[in-house]
Amino acid sequence: MSDRSFSIIGSYKTKNNIEKVAGVIFTLCALFAVLAVFSISIYMIISGTPAIFEVGLKDILFGRVWTPNAAQPSYGILYIILTSIIGTFLAILIGVPIGVLTAVFLAETAPRSLAAIVKPAVELLAGIPSVIYGLLGILVLNPFIYKMEMALFKDDPNHQFTGGSNLISAVLVLAIMILPTVINISESSLRAVPHYYKQASLALGATHIQTIFRVLIPAAKSGIVTAIVLGVGRAIGEAMAISLVAGNGANFPLPFNSVRFLTTAVVSEMSYATDTHRDVLFTIGLVLFAFIILINLILNKVMKGGNKDGDS
Amino acid sequence: MKKKIKNVIVLFLTSALFVVALSACSTDNSKEDSNQSLDTNDTRDINKGKDNNFTKDLSGSITMSGSTSMEKLANVAAEAFMVEYPGVIVSAEFIGSSAGVEAVIAGTVDIGNASRNLKDSEKQSGAVENIIAIDGIAVIVDKANTVTNLTKDQLIQIYKGEVNNWSQVGGADQPIVVVGRESGSGTRGAFEEILEIEDMAKYSNEINSTGGVMAKVASTEGAIGYVSLDVLDNSVIAVNLEGVEATPENIKAGDYLLSRPFVMATKGEISEQNDLVQIFFEYMKSDEGKALIESVGLISA
Repeated sequence: MSDRSFSIIGSYKTKNNIEKVAGVIFTLCALFAVLAVFSISIYMIISGTPAIFEVGLKDILFGRVWTPNAAQPSYGILYIILTSIIGTFLAILIGVPIGVLTAVFLAETAPRSLAAIVKPAVELLAGIPSVIYGLLGILVLNPFIYKMEMALFKDDPNHQFTGGSNLISAVLVLAIMILPTVINISESSLRAVPHYYKQASLALGATHIQTIFRVLIPAAKSGIVTAIVLGVGRAIGEAMAISLVAGNGANFPLPFNSVRFLTTAVVSEMSYATDTHRDVLFTIGLVLFAFIILINLILNKVMKGGNKDGDS
Repeated sequence: MKKKIKNVIVLFLTSALFVVALSACSTDNSKEDSNQSLDTNDTRDINKGKDNNFTKDLSGSITMSGSTSMEKLANVAAEAFMVEYPGVIVSAEFIGSSAGVEAVIAGTVDIGNASRNLKDSEKQSGAVENIIAIDGIAVIVDKANTVTNLTKDQLIQIYKGEVNNWSQVGGADQPIVVVGRESGSGTRGAFEEILEIEDMAKYSNEINSTGGVMAKVASTEGAIGYVSLDVLDNSVIAVNLEGVEATPENIKAGDYLLSRPFVMATKGEISEQNDLVQIFFEYMKSDEGKALIESVGLISA
């Protein structure tokens, strides 16, 4: 008994000291995160801007040719930006319906025994390192896509064969990678819908499926949108897996073209890049950083909107 | 009183824990650092022991400049030489082969690095070609491929995208998947330079490691790629170029297409150079120097 009660019986002074020290520790921890974000932002801006002045913002953002080591170097990343946008969009298009419906299944229709298998599987999916996704992509997905490619472009003499390393492979890998995020957040937001919504809907004679699509999903809308935005963030920032399956040619993002994402552009060339080439890679990082900030701003707005809905 | 002491101890322990946690990484670093410095000290001691046997204390400096492709070799050689002879400073600049040879002819540097044979005009101006190492690149295809030989023109056409099916170069009806290295890679630079297809190659896969190229070619039917000669294994097939097999012997003999000499040019013969430069060349031709050359993926000449 006496062991546990020291903070109550202890003198005012000790208690006060503990409070103060604890307060300082908490503040330091909080400042650490802020410091990290702040220094990263500063660093990205400092190292990303010299190339903009040297090459010209327009030439970088809207140039279509990426030949950093040519005699007349060209640093256009338009196709790389488009690849990131289109690739992420397609991954969301495939991943979100699957993810949301899985969440509905887990939250509403799953028999307990089946949910006991699906739920841990989804959680495991979230924990798998991205390089593993990439390796599976190389070993399983690429040969399969290559067969499709050979069948589709058999008679096209102008097609450059990618051996399965193309936009489709990258999109499929990304779609699988965003599933856990989408499923987990959607599921908890579906579970957070008040019980009486469902009860009222069922009492009015709606079927279970009608209730899910007309009542539960609309009520959980803000949570699902949050899930989508976080999924976008995950997809646009992923580098390792897609650097293994996307082919890395700086081409226009057509399904069977070898493509390069913003992340892979930085990763693949950083090791040997020098001078302006290196600076431009930092600028690509800055562009990526801007995208991530944009996504976060959207996320903040969505979450605030969600709170308002909950209040009213 | 007891409780008070206990409180103080608890407080002390938590803060100590916190401090330890915070400083964990820094202590790790310092440990590593001290390890590293120990290692270098060790090697230095060993080396000192060695050269005490056969050299006097040297001091001075050697300057070299030239090929960017030779950056790795030049830096490794400079560092190793400076560890061996702590009194000597070797500085290397990378401004391009021709500029390097010009500088050595003008006498502004001791050694001019060139990743090609010297031109006749350069030799007439007094530059002497000392081939230190040879860079060899193997062209690889997957194991199922029936093509065993390519000509230089065929290779150029494949990498330019003018030929995109193996049937056009005597193989099966199978599309060609063109695999290469990322922009900035030395292997890619050498490959495109020798074939004279700089900025004209159309890759469908740009992979940022030698191992990645090997894996992609090994696992993709109809793929073609290029890697340094020293990493070849039996997961892929190295094709013959113009009928010549990619072996160190053929490369040394100068028969193999995709190779280039790494020249450290001097103004006049090596024997006419100052002691430091002579010792540097002796070092490069010793077993240690050869090991260095092989450690950066080259064939010692």
